[in-house]
Amino acid sequence: MDVVTQMQRQLIQYTSSLFQEFNQLQQLQDESNPEFVVEVVTLFFEDAERLLNELSKSLQVEQESIDFRKVDAQVHQLKGSSSSIGAQRVQRVCIAFRNFCEQQNVEGCLKSLQEIKQEYSLVKTKLETLFKMEKQLFAARGSISR
Amino acid sequence: MGLAAESQFHVLAVDDSLIDRMLIERLLKTSSFHVTAVDSGSKALKFLGLVEEEQRNEEPSFVAQKTHNQDVDVNLIITDYCMPEMTGYDLLRKIKESKSLKDIPVVIMSSENVPSRINRCLEEGAEEFFLKPVQQSDVNKLRPHLLKSKVKEVGEEDQLINLNRKDINEILA
Repeated sequence: MDVVTQMQRQLIQYTSSLFQEFNQLQQLQDESNPEFVVEVVTLFFEDAERLLNELSKSLQVEQESIDFRKVDAQVHQLKGSSSSIGAQRVQRVCIAFRNFCEQQNVEGCLKSLQEIKQEYSLVKTKLETLFKMEKQLFAARGSISR
Repeated sequence: MGLAAESQFHVLAVDDSLIDRMLIERLLKTSSFHVTAVDSGSKALKFLGLVEEEQRNEEPSFVAQKTHNQDVDVNLIITDYCMPEMTGYDLLRKIKESKSLKDIPVVIMSSENVPSRINRCLEEGAEEFFLKPVQQSDVNKLRPHLLKSKVKEVGEEDQLINLNRKDINEILA
């Protein structure tokens, strides 16, 4: 089996397992617009990182002055966008996080924030791996057709 | 003349989240709809030709600009529920209160499954309520609503074509 075919096979396998986890992305995959998934996911990364920074700041203040309404609104946004791309684990932690906000439970909030950061980091690694594999495949195809 | 041109249906999508706007636009375009996406209810109303009219002691209300309406042909509005300043429900109400816009079908989307919210929207005249994340299969459900409103636009001399079976049976009886 030549290198390109092998890479293609690996990419297909990786993509399909990833799409089982990120179950929203599959329906966006479109031959006529292959960049679309990359665009959306990149946007999600930017959005999530911004929100995680803001959440860290919101929770770093004196416990008595934490604005739980603001924290909740930020988590709501993150929950929404992670749900939209199918990052289910991040979404689940967001739900727990919102419950802690409602209870004004600072410890719970801080714990949730840690968990989200970990889950998000996993998501990012997996999706970046996908994009890297795609790039390598296209490069390999390109060098053969030359 | 009134004959509907062979053009695509035009959907106005409203959502404050950029990611969700991209996604809904993609799903709609896959279904061959022409899409305009805006990030707020007030921008949506502006696009539809309703402008804010300041009234002295009351809440600002929206009135139709006289000449603008005919330029913008929107066949369906799909809007997020949770938006700052103007929720999807507020937007729905304003559309249904407007003489020029009330016949445009409106669909609401929300990430939260709150039965009372859903009922309120449907009672106010929303055609459908989609739970996010919206799927292609949800978007495929939109076509009948669009065809229904297109039929209303067609001029008098074309009404014969649009008689439903019941009317035809009555005529033939």
